[in-house]
Amino acid sequence: MPRFTAENTILAKEIIGRYPHPKSALIPLLHLAQEQDGHLAEDAMVHIAELIDHTPAEVIGTASFYEMFKREPVGDYLVNVCTNIACMLMGGEELLHHLEDRLDIRPGSTTADGMFTLEDVECIAACTEAPCLTVNYRYFHKISTDEADQLLEDLRAGRRAHEIPKHGTLARVRQSIPADRRAGAAVPGECGQPVWMTPKDDPEDAPA
Amino acid sequence: MSDQATARTVPQMITGRFQYDDAHTIERYEATEGYAALRKALQMHPEDVHAEIKEASLLGRGGAGFPAGVKWGFCPPGVWPRYFVVNGDESEPGTYKDRLLMERDPHQLIEGVLIGAYATGCAQAFLYVRGEMALAQERIAAALNEAYAAGLVGKDILGSSFSCDIVLHWGAGAYIVGEETALIESLEGNRGMPRLKPPYFPAAKGLYMQPTIVNNVETMANVPWIIRNGAEAYTAYGAESSRGTRMFAVSGHVKKPGVHEVEFGTTTFRDLIYGHCGGIRGNHTLKAFIPGGASAPWFYEEHLDLPLEAGAVGAAGSMLGSGAIVVMDETTDAVKAAWRVVRFFARESCGKCTPCREGTSWLEKVLRRMLDGQGRPEDIALLLDLCDNISPSIAWPPKQTTICPLGPSAVSPIASAIMRFKPEFQAYCGGGDVPTSVTINGKAYLPPEGAPAGV
Repeated sequence: MPRFTAENTILAKEIIGRYPHPKSALIPLLHLAQEQDGHLAEDAMVHIAELIDHTPAEVIGTASFYEMFKREPVGDYLVNVCTNIACMLMGGEELLHHLEDRLDIRPGSTTADGMFTLEDVECIAACTEAPCLTVNYRYFHKISTDEADQLLEDLRAGRRAHEIPKHGTLARVRQSIPADRRAGAAVPGECGQPVWMTPKDDPEDAPA
Repeated sequence: MSDQATARTVPQMITGRFQYDDAHTIERYEATEGYAALRKALQMHPEDVHAEIKEASLLGRGGAGFPAGVKWGFCPPGVWPRYFVVNGDESEPGTYKDRLLMERDPHQLIEGVLIGAYATGCAQAFLYVRGEMALAQERIAAALNEAYAAGLVGKDILGSSFSCDIVLHWGAGAYIVGEETALIESLEGNRGMPRLKPPYFPAAKGLYMQPTIVNNVETMANVPWIIRNGAEAYTAYGAESSRGTRMFAVSGHVKKPGVHEVEFGTTTFRDLIYGHCGGIRGNHTLKAFIPGGASAPWFYEEHLDLPLEAGAVGAAGSMLGSGAIVVMDETTDAVKAAWRVVRFFARESCGKCTPCREGTSWLEKVLRRMLDGQGRPEDIALLLDLCDNISPSIAWPPKQTTICPLGPSAVSPIASAIMRFKPEFQAYCGGGDVPTSVTINGKAYLPPEGAPAGV
């Protein structure tokens, strides 16, 4: 049950520094913990609580609200099938049932080999491309049952590893703000009127 | 009635760069007028930039359709710092536009945000992207890194006195976070539960109780075009009430589902469904369509010639919402479609208000029971009674018993489906002994005028 690694602790502190209040970094730090361990390990949440100066209960309180945060291990590949209205009309439920049969699990469960977790999810904003699914939040549009079978096979064989990172990693590109370009967090109580907001009738602007 | 699109061709103001595979890079963006608007804005006084947006009558594209320029003016004077927050938590069922804008043209969004922050005096901006959108997060992160390196974001932007960090932030899976006060709670690191109103606008008290402007992704994507070409050029397009263009996603049973940027307020549902999207699939006929996301009451054949304009759609008993049109042909089971929409709201209720938390899940359970062959003769009356408890009188626009509109949003589409397709609901309720009208609080619920005979 790991805490943040030394490297991730530095990154966590850098992320906290971007926000006017440390608690705003909570969701980004939970994502970082999930990226590190594949799910939210308890010690990582305790570590986050220390870093943002809140209680572990507050950290879990926030984490438990959001369905992307997994407090138990899930499969390497999280397969999310949309069954909301647009996908339902175009075969989303049939796609989900097909995958239930293929993986021999019900939505919300993980295969015995720890490879796949299947979920029946709400609209993922690909409605014109229905039916659709995501694997670790990478989109597959207008996917047939045959294509889904091929996808599972490719994932098992590791042929998609270059495009689909293991569960926990979202964006593989991270924002980084160079120190010399940083404007800084706007902390309440420490900021006055921005310099570019001088009133329009400022004498400096008036014709001589 | 013609099946041909009648709307005129208009400039692709916000999707114009989608034709390029590399539209997400700063090279392509700068080669296609990118950041010209920011340079122009920085030569103008912030108040003049704000006035230009106000003049353009840019309506919010998130769902409520509130004019952005007016919203920007709600910040109380002399209270600093102010924050600029972009709502990229697109998740209303049927809605697919913001993800495209973030993945395909992230610099356009960044430029829009910078101009917005400059005009309103915001010292820091946050881009709140939906958690499930990994590619959008990658593209925006890469674009921000490019823009920082080019001196376009951060300190002393382009050598001016304007300084503003843009922080990319993403959610973790919760529809309700699309509600702006819930989004602010989430950005503060809390559970994404909507705040009690008033204050109605976060512009008065938002992030950390400071003045905060929250705008949708598509809204901000329009800003560079407006500044580059001027409000006058912008208002040359669209209806008087709805200027410019707007993106609409048409999904479901059409020949060519797709996202189209069309003239706002003048294009009709028929233009989109039968023109751009080729009409209903196969030899099927239209049964119903959702005009503005899952929260919107359904529309039918007789509504096809309505313009995509909030006033007209509102007067006809629904809403334009988030530009999401879901088309259902005659093979669609109305009860099942209603159940699926309700199930969404039941799953996504944040649980704060009792009518929504309990009401949506009971609606879902009753509809599920009907679909499972266990419907009871009194179930239609029960469903309407539940609806009435969440949103009194099942009126349109909905009345609220809750802090935010999520619960009432589940009611109107279901009530409209029950009224229109009563025989289908009756068939799931054991037929026979079903009341032909339902009275709640002294008001009789009957099929709407003009409904086909027998309904």
